[in-house]
Formats: sequence, structure tokens, C-alpha cells
Amino acid sequence: MTLTDLANPTKFLALTARILPWLAGVTAVLLAIGLYQSAMAPDDYQQGATVKIMFIHVPNAWLSMFVWGVMSVAALGTLVWRHPLADVAAKAAAPIGAAFTFLALVTGSLWGRPMWGTYWEWDARLTSVLILFLMYLGLMALWRAVEDPSRAARAAAVLTLVGAINIPIIKFSVDWWNTLHQPASVLRVGGSTLDKAFLWPLLVMAIAFSLLFITLHLAAMRNEILRRRVRSLQMMQANRIAFSSEVGTGSREENASKPIGAA
Amino acid sequence: MSALAALIRRDIRIALRVGGGALIGVLFFLTVTVLMPFAVGPDLALLSRLGPAILWLGALLASLLTLDRLFTADHEDGSLDLIVMSRTPLELACAAKALAHWIAAGLPLIIATPVLGLLLNLDGTATLAVAATLLAGTPALTFTGMIGAALAVTLHRGGLLLAVLVLPLSIPVLIFGVAASQAAISGPLPFGTPFSILCALSLASLVIGPFAAAASLRHGLD
Repeated sequence: MTLTDLANPTKFLALTARILPWLAGVTAVLLAIGLYQSAMAPDDYQQGATVKIMFIHVPNAWLSMFVWGVMSVAALGTLVWRHPLADVAAKAAAPIGAAFTFLALVTGSLWGRPMWGTYWEWDARLTSVLILFLMYLGLMALWRAVEDPSRAARAAAVLTLVGAINIPIIKFSVDWWNTLHQPASVLRVGGSTLDKAFLWPLLVMAIAFSLLFITLHLAAMRNEILRRRVRSLQMMQANRIAFSSEVGTGSREENASKPIGAA
Repeated sequence: MSALAALIRRDIRIALRVGGGALIGVLFFLTVTVLMPFAVGPDLALLSRLGPAILWLGALLASLLTLDRLFTADHEDGSLDLIVMSRTPLELACAAKALAHWIAAGLPLIIATPVLGLLLNLDGTATLAVAATLLAGTPALTFTGMIGAALAVTLHRGGLLLAVLVLPLSIPVLIFGVAASQAAISGPLPFGTPFSILCALSLASLVIGPFAAAASLRHGLD
């Protein structure tokens, strides 16, 4: 089973139909474990119970960038390899990524209120994540602005790759500019600075959220494929009705046997 | 090379003639700047503090307004197809078109800045700083905006979609442009630091913009 085998949407649908229930089950179990561990984690000596926001905030923030990465790979798939499912993947990922980014912003602002004394600060990382959110919305607007999916896919792919420049800026903004948001503390040279009592629940939550994304993404891709099939069936039906009524009046009889939108 | 020079000359000539609409951008810039004192009140001290930000916002919106014309007119009369099919690399042709657009629509904004600075009670250094940052920053606006213009023309949609696509990409330019002007006027930071980042943004967009615009034209036009 390679990536080219999946180019056939029917095979993809059959495969994901088998995988999805398992994936959803594992996600639910891991989320339950992660939430339990997060609830049981000790309070921070300085931040008290608010430190538990981290277990939701950090996975969301990671995924907000990871989803754009997935979309960039899909964009390359659209432009370079012309993989038939690449634009489906890119289109399905955008709303999910926007939701993760929005949740990262909201949880971050709820965490910032007790800790920094403000819901919002025009800090480098906060600003760049906000720009990422705006770009997700712009990408969704682009998808919605055009009827022809393959034309929209190529335009969205170019925009996704241009927007990918923002991802390293977000990642390293806290290291380049000395700002209010703390620098990276989990994935860094010289090991994590986080205590094990916090690190384990965080890692479990990160894996659970990643699986959640994969589950939602595959389900959204299935929906998108089915939506396109329904659309083309509707077009065929509309064609048939249009032509059969023309046949009734006796004009253009030769076209009735070959509806245009059959592909 | 002469093909590119001819393309630049042609675009500038079209933009400056009747129906070209390059100078509408300056008029829009003037109007936005004049609107600001009505919104925040005619307090001269406040206006001189907000001045660089107002001028930068006005220039950003004005350059956005004229971006629509970068490819649309050529697409309508078919010359864009000829440019895409010609032997000149499409990336270079895009860069030439953007350069011509900047000369016709961007430079007048910078020339108008001193006059608008007077209206906003900016002193000589402040006006000079804003003009210098606009000179360094508006190419970045044009060259990143070109990506949005190319996408919009392949989708047969302009206007609002273009603005939604381009504005997030232009936020860094706005941040460092205003930061550099403020640093020159009052700030504790030296003028050079944000100004060199602004120049870097312009140079980077000079490289990325033509390639992305050419890619979207190549894949999008049918």
C-alpha cells in the first residue's frame, strides 16, 4: 500500500472506513488518560491550578503549526505531483487548523489574564499566531470563492506555500525577540526544563490531540470526497432533466444521449 | 533584457495615461489621511504622535487599492496570455510588471508624503523618516501584493478577496515600517535596527513574490 494506491478515492474511502473507528477509539482513550493525568497533576508552586491550562493550550498551539505543515505538503502534492487527493486533504485541513489556532489563542488569553494580568498583549508570538489565524481564514475564503475545486486547489496551494514562511517565524519568535511569552521549554537543546509531573500529561495530551487531528482530518476528507460525488451526480441529473425537456420540444436531440457533466 | 525594459515602459505608460488609474492611489492616500483628523479630533500633539502610523496605514490601503490593476487589465485584453507564452521567463516578466507598478503607483505615494506630513504636524526629521521607511517598505507591499493579484486574476475574483489574502502578508512590513519611523522620531531604539529588517523584508519579497505569482499564473490560467 503506497501513496499512489491511495490516489483512487474509492480505495481511500474503503481503507479509511476500516481505520477510522480504531483511530477514534484510540483517540478517545488517550484523551481520557491525558485529561485524567492533567487533572491529577500537582499545582505549580507559582501559578497554582492555572498551570493546567497548559495541557490544553500547548497541544493546540503545536497543532496550529503542524496543520499548516500538513497543508504545505498537500500543496506540494497538488502543484508538483498532481496527487488527486492532495487538494482534498488541503481543503479538509484548513477549518480544523483554524479551530486549533482559535483554541490556542483563546486558552492562551484565558491563561494570560491571571498570569500576565492581561487577556491580550501585542507580543511577537501572540501576533504571529494571530496572523496565522487570519491566514487560515483567508485560505478558507479562497476555497469558498471559487466553484471549480481544481482551480481553487491550485490557487490555495500557492497561498499555502507562501504562508508557510510564517511557521518558522512563529516557532522562533520567542527566541529571536525577548518578549512576554516564555521561550520553548519542552523541545529544546539540553533537554526539557519541565518537571516530569507536568511533562508526561503534556506529552500524552499532545499525542491525543495529534490523533484527534488525524481522525478529524480523515473524516473530513471522506466527507469532501462524498460531497464532490454528490455534486457531480446532481450536475448529471440536472443535465439529464435539461436535455430531456429539450428532447420533448424536438430540438438538439443528438445531445440527449451524452450528458456533459458526466465526469 | 530589452523585452523587460519594453514591458516596464509599456506598463508605466498605460498606468499614467487616461484610464490608467495609477494616480487614484495618491488621491486615496490624501483622502484617508485627511479623514483621520475627523476621526481622532484635530489635536495637533496627538496627530504628530499618530502621524507615522496614519501615513503607513494610508499608504498600505492605497497600494492595496491599485494592486487590482496589476494583472486584470492585461488579462482582459489578452496580453497576459502573450506574456505567459513568450520566451521571457514569466518570473522576470512578473518582477518587471511589479517594478513598473511600483514606479507608477508606489513612488507618487512617497512623493506625496511630505505634504501629508505637514497636515499631520510632523516635523522635518519625522517626515524624512516616514518617507525613507515608505521608500524601503512599499516595494515589499507591491511584491507580496502581486501574489494576491495573480491569485485573484486566475480566479476571476478581485476586490475583497484580494484584500483578505494580501493584508495578513503585509502585517510584518507595517510593524517594522512604523517601528522604524517611531524609532527615528522618539524611540529609545536606534533607527537602523528596524529599518534594516524592513529592507530585508523588501529584498525577500523581491525574490518570493515573482516566483509565487508566476507559479499561480502558470497553474491558474487556462
